Formats: sequence, C-alpha cells, structure tokens
Amino acid sequence: MAVVSTPGQVAVAFVAYAGLLSAVTAIAGVSVGFVARGLVVETPFVVFAALLPFFAGGEQVDVGGLALSREGLADAGTLLAKATLGIWTSMLLAGTTRPQELVAALQRLRLPRLLVETLSFMVRYLDVVADDLRRMRIARESRGFHARGPRHWGVLAASAGALFIRSYERGERVYLAMLSRGYAGRLVLSNDRPATGREWLTGATLPVLGALVCVAAWVTGR
Amino acid sequence: MTTPALEVRDLAYAYPDGRQVLYGVNLTVHAGERVALLGPNGAGKTTLVLHLNGILTAGHGSVTVAGLPVAREHLLEIRRRVGVVFQDPDDQLFMPTVAEDVAFGPTNLGLDRAAVAERVTEALTAVGMADHADRAPHHLSFGQRRRVAVATVLAMRPEILVLDEPTSNLDPASRRELADILESLSLPTLVVTHDLPYAWQLCPRSVLLDDGVVVADRPTPELLADSELLRSHRLELPYGFDPAAV
Repeated sequence: MAVVSTPGQVAVAFVAYAGLLSAVTAIAGVSVGFVARGLVVETPFVVFAALLPFFAGGEQVDVGGLALSREGLADAGTLLAKATLGIWTSMLLAGTTRPQELVAALQRLRLPRLLVETLSFMVRYLDVVADDLRRMRIARESRGFHARGPRHWGVLAASAGALFIRSYERGERVYLAMLSRGYAGRLVLSNDRPATGREWLTGATLPVLGALVCVAAWVTGR
Repeated sequence: MTTPALEVRDLAYAYPDGRQVLYGVNLTVHAGERVALLGPNGAGKTTLVLHLNGILTAGHGSVTVAGLPVAREHLLEIRRRVGVVFQDPDDQLFMPTVAEDVAFGPTNLGLDRAAVAERVTEALTAVGMADHADRAPHHLSFGQRRRVAVATVLAMRPEILVLDEPTSNLDPASRRELADILESLSLPTLVVTHDLPYAWQLCPRSVLLDDGVVVADRPTPELLADSELLRSHRLELPYGFDPAAV
C-alpha cells in the first residue's frame, strides 16, 4: 500500500523501496530465481507500459528517433516500478509463509468462512489433483499420444472432463469421511498460536519503513 | 451376556436407483472380537460399512452399536462409537496438517483445546506417528498416511473399529506395522478385506458376504479351509499359501 500511494515523480522513493525489499529478501533467504518467476505475472503490465508512451497525449519528447509522450514515459515508469515492487513483496510473502499458515492467517483476518474452507481444501488437494493430471498424461503418452494442435484438443478436453469427474467423486468421498467424524457444518481451522512480541516486531519492520519512505516522498515531492 | 459391540439385524438396502444391494444381513461383533468381512467385489461390503455409522439409512432392519441404535437422534454419538477407516487415506486426510486432521474428530465432539491436544498426542503415539504431527499429509508415504487415517479415528475413542481394505497398496513392512498396531489396540474390530492371510493372522472369526447376504460365519481357519465354499464366491488362497503350515 505504501508503494501504490507514493507519488510517481519521486523516483528516489522507488529506489528506497527496492533497497528495503532486497534487504528483506536476503535476510529471509528467498531465492532470486523464485522472485523472478513470480515477476512473469507482470508481463501484461509490461506490455501496457511499453505502449503508453506511444498513445498518451501531451508534450512530446524525442527518444531514439521516436516521438514519445513525456507524460506517457513517466506514467509507464511509475507503473512498472509499482507493479514490480508489488509483485516482489507478494513473492516474499509466498516464499516465507507456508500455504497452511496463509490460510489460517486469512481466517484470522475474517475472510468469509466459506472462502477460507475452500482455500484450505485447495491447498490440501492441489497436489493430489496435479498428481492425477500427471498420471493421465503419462498414460496418454504411453499409448503414443502427443498433443500437437487443435485437432488433439478433443482428447485433452476428454481428459480434463475425466479429471473433473474424478475430483468431484473424491469430493463426495471426503464429505462422507468428514460426516463419519462428526462434521456438522463448521470446519475448525486452527493453526493456532498467537504471535509473539518478537514476531510482531519483525513483521512490522518492513511496512513501517515503507510507510516512512512514502511519507518522506509526499513531503519532499511538493 | 454383555451387550455386543455391534449388532446388525435383517439389514436390507436398495440404492435410490432401485438396485437392491443388501437382502437381510445379520452380523454380531462382541466385545474384544476381531472379525473379518470377506467377499467378492460387489458383494455389498462397503455398503454395509456405510450403514454402520449412519451414512446410509437402511430400508429395513436395524444396526445397534454398543446398545445404541443407529438413528438420526444419536448420529454424533454413533459416529464417535464407530470408527471407520476408509480405503483411500487421501479421502480421509483432508486438513492441512496431520495434527489438524487427527484433531478434527475430537473437535466435532465438542472437546476443549486441551482435551483435543491430549487426544491427538494419544492417537498419534498409538500408531507411531507422533513425530509427524505438523507435516502435510501429501508429504507422507502411503503407509504413513494409512496409519494417520487410523489415528484420526482413534482420537474419538471409538467402541468399534471398522477398516475397509486396510492392506490395499501397502508394502509388506507397512502391512506388518499395521497388524502390530491393530493387535496392540484391544478394540472390537471389523476388517473388510480381500487379503485372506491377513484375515487369518488377525481375525479369529470370519464372515463371508456375497450378493447382499451372509453366506458363512465361522472361525477363520475353518472357513478358509473350505476351498469349495471360497471358490464358489470368487475367493482363493494366494499361491503357495498353505493353511496347514500356519
């Protein structure tokens, strides 16, 4: 939030954010490759940002023979910086928190019960479904199938359909297993241990520093 | 005479599409007994199991667990008394961690945090999985998952344990570990299985179910020695298994 609310002109603020995130990434031991893979999500934004200078109005600036909008360039730069920093932060969260803990945290933050339960099951069964998918692919390839184009999509669709039915039936069996252990409608997710003072302190460092940079940017940018 | 742990009387059931599966099953399991439920695929064994904890409601007949009839009013208590371990542990382990899975049952029974934690430790220790309490189920081996599935049911302190094909897909060592665990618990147990040597090892008494009726109910060695009976119900002793040598 601190990143998003920073005024675009204060470029140095974004450098400061990058510095903070680098420090945390190094301390947390999250690999650069992991963060880089997450940045792939940013591609549509990068494309959009690249097009901005061409289509935005206002004062024109000459860059390598092309007439680009100054405002467009500035906006593109801001967009890229904010998107990259945002994704970097998300990847840091993903790289340091177990999925079960994330779900438990969301429950604590009062995300609707149904959503939390759905997420919890997703975390648990994603691997199982992915495994099913892998086995079906191996079975297909073992019988000489190799997907090469639209004419093979029918086969892939049939596999997807079969996987859906299998997962649906598994869902029914899980439900029976839940009933058999007394489930009456409310799932209690409890990865419960109140955060210690030290954990609060560690967790608050980055947001607080970020907020300080943002405030500094606003104050000096005027 | 003490109350039987499980009493099934004239149980009949037809699926909603009209297909009759059970035609009047009679079965009793007494305290301290381990009974094997044998039969070919499609005999109705799993359907019968689903009646024992009230998942399915009988069209006719009754099921009584330690004196309590299986009926809507008592469902939670029935599900505490009858611990069903299903065939696929992945269907039964649906929580993010092992400890939470084992805690699921006691929590639904309304126990407080401390009591639940105690039950979890007790159950996991009984199956030898106490060190894996915080792991995710999909990181465990199949045999380990099977043991945790047993623990999830033990945590509810059942009166009778019902296991559906407990040895399917288990390697020989895991099979033996499971047998050791079952023998160490002194609970009345109903073991649905195709694994005839396992039935012989663990269960002094066997019940043969086929086409929705009980065809035989005898001491296991006697039943398994009757090769004519076994063959007529699609059962056979494994290659090389000699009952006389056991």
